[in-house]
Amino acid sequence: MAKLDLDPALVARARELARRAGQPVVDLARSHTTVSVERAVLRLAGVSGADPDGIPWVNRLVDAVVDEVGLEHGVALPVFAALQQEGLTPADLTLLAQKAAAGSVRFGAPRGKEATAARKLATRATTAGIRTIDRRRAERDRLVKRFGDPEQRPWIYLIVATGDIYEDIPQAQAAARAGADVIAVIRSTGQSLLDYVPEGPTREGFAGTYATQENFRLMRAALDESSRELKRYVRLTNYASGLCMPEMATLAGLERLDMMLNDSMYGILFRDINPIRTFVDQRFSRQVHARAGIIINTGEDNYLTTADAVDEAHTVTVSQLLNEFFAHEAGLADWQLGLGHAFEINPDVPESFRLELAHALLARELFPDAPLKWMPPTKHMTGDVFRGNLLDGFFNLAGTMTGQGILLVGMMTEAVVTPWLSDRDIALQNVRYVLGAAGGLHEDFVPAPGGFIQQRANRVLAEAVTLLEKIEGDTLLKAIADGTFGIMKRPADRGKGLAGVAKHADDYFNPATALLEAS
Amino acid sequence: MSDIVRPYGDTTGDGMVQLSFTLPIPHDKRAEGAALQLAAKMGMEPAMLVHAKQMGDGFTFFVVYGRVNHLVDVSKVEVVERDFPLLSAKEVNAAVKRGLRRKLSVVGACIGTDAHTVGIDAILNVKGIAGEKGLEYYRELKVTNLGAQVTVPELVAAAQRERADAVLVSQVVTQRDAHLHNTREMSAAFREALPADKRPLLVVGGPRFDETMAGELGVDRIFGRGTTPGEVASYLVHALVTA
Repeated sequence: MAKLDLDPALVARARELARRAGQPVVDLARSHTTVSVERAVLRLAGVSGADPDGIPWVNRLVDAVVDEVGLEHGVALPVFAALQQEGLTPADLTLLAQKAAAGSVRFGAPRGKEATAARKLATRATTAGIRTIDRRRAERDRLVKRFGDPEQRPWIYLIVATGDIYEDIPQAQAAARAGADVIAVIRSTGQSLLDYVPEGPTREGFAGTYATQENFRLMRAALDESSRELKRYVRLTNYASGLCMPEMATLAGLERLDMMLNDSMYGILFRDINPIRTFVDQRFSRQVHARAGIIINTGEDNYLTTADAVDEAHTVTVSQLLNEFFAHEAGLADWQLGLGHAFEINPDVPESFRLELAHALLARELFPDAPLKWMPPTKHMTGDVFRGNLLDGFFNLAGTMTGQGILLVGMMTEAVVTPWLSDRDIALQNVRYVLGAAGGLHEDFVPAPGGFIQQRANRVLAEAVTLLEKIEGDTLLKAIADGTFGIMKRPADRGKGLAGVAKHADDYFNPATALLEAS
Repeated sequence: MSDIVRPYGDTTGDGMVQLSFTLPIPHDKRAEGAALQLAAKMGMEPAMLVHAKQMGDGFTFFVVYGRVNHLVDVSKVEVVERDFPLLSAKEVNAAVKRGLRRKLSVVGACIGTDAHTVGIDAILNVKGIAGEKGLEYYRELKVTNLGAQVTVPELVAAAQRERADAVLVSQVVTQRDAHLHNTREMSAAFREALPADKRPLLVVGGPRFDETMAGELGVDRIFGRGTTPGEVASYLVHALVTA
């Protein structure tokens, strides 16, 4: 390692600044809850299913509690106290939700003995859910041991997205056979702004397939079949983002998904979700991911799709450092940090490929134990598919030369159509050629001391430190409000989902957070 | 120069084109024959099969080169030609200042569930595109960029609040013709909310729009792929100030 001659003191300073910038946000997250965090708790405790209109029972139950006692105490105590009053057991939680929806149950904040009993019952029920997540993690470990990991790094990551889970399955299996190590099922456009998780298998979506617990289960089962056939464990990815981030993480843990897109700021910047809502939700979701052994993928690549990839390269580094801090704080280990970055420099910029190498290597050296997620060009894909295929080849080459962990396969038809069968085949052929011809090149690739690449990487790091100093002085929330990342301005008192946020009351109780933080 | 042309490979008049496609059959002699049959039916005669590769169990990818006999009459092509002069930022500012004596208000958004702000940002953000600065850079334009996933009622409300002279809408997602539905919904909402003389100029843009469909979609102008901020600014001046 150490190909860039980075100043260790400067690297340490960057991390320290990220910690100082991030800590107030962690404090904020620790003192607030959201409707989605509370719904995730109830999902762990066993509430499932949806009403005839497709609104999940967890939503109906949380809404009923919020109406009567508010969100600030957490829903666990009111729910489990009501359960006892009704003479029901935790196995009847969904029944309680149905009664609550019909208006035949009253909720209150229990006190004294009643509260103690409710606390105990809630903890027991939630523990059962977390045990299921533990069992699923052990199951993954067993399967990886039996079938093995991919032979090469980077792992090859491919997207399917037909909108119909029953179409996705054969496509995903075909992609695995053609060499994909990781399958991502893209979500339907707009799902991130739904304040509930749809139920059941779904056959219709827009530019993607709805993420539901049943779709997770069906796809994981299909890829287990493929893993057996191919003698390598094929991983499954979905999205813990948007308004239901904590629930998505929980469902992923329960259904043994292997990776989740989970960025600390993406929802704020790109979906205009309220910043506090996002930070509270992401902390809980990351605690679940940590427990479930799920690798997170962060979304720094997105900044470069709206901002200039050269001028704003340091914002990627800053975001990676912040994502790392938030992830460690939530209990994630380095091997779980698929920190994102992308090949998005305008190919007409002189020396664009050397700049890409400098940026990619900088990420590699700053986070030596993280499986970096390397994202293909999208912004400068023009519809000229021939040029696009060449650009993707250079992207693949940069990925292997700089030792990236997860490579999202670029499509030459980016910006033209959703990938055709032949597009995917050509794209995989491109990856296979580059990895086959130059798979070990990272061993030989050592930039010249003091040369272009070293200088560029050091400069980006220095710019990142300058920006972190500014963020730390101003506070992160203000930096986001001022449009520091990806140009979008997002004030903390605006954005979607703000109504579903509450500051903890003194008696706030959340059995899941208590269990996750104890581990 | 003649208005009648045919495709050009390496010799004038050779009519050569290339084509790639997939047939849902495994690769064998018969599949190659089937590919040539398709090429022939598409008017490629003679056609040369230069590449065939099986993908998965039951699909084969083909690349075919061949000669087409069709002629193209360039004089009969219908397109929306730019019908306004292209102005520099300075000229745009001067024209607005002289003609309106106030700033020209522009409200932009991606509507529907479309989260791709790439297009609207390229036109509006100072950063711009291809070295050309976006409308925020123009001193005499007041730009409000609402970002992505804006609902039509939100857009109408914002246009009224900002006294918009022009509303710019970008649509990238085209699945199930979402861009067309969204545009129609938007133009209908403006027609309903405001009398004709108070209605802002409605402009939509996106890579998959047909520029000739403005009337059908109820908007004043459609911009397709490759549009630059300067073209949009020049059009706004043409439509709102000088015309």
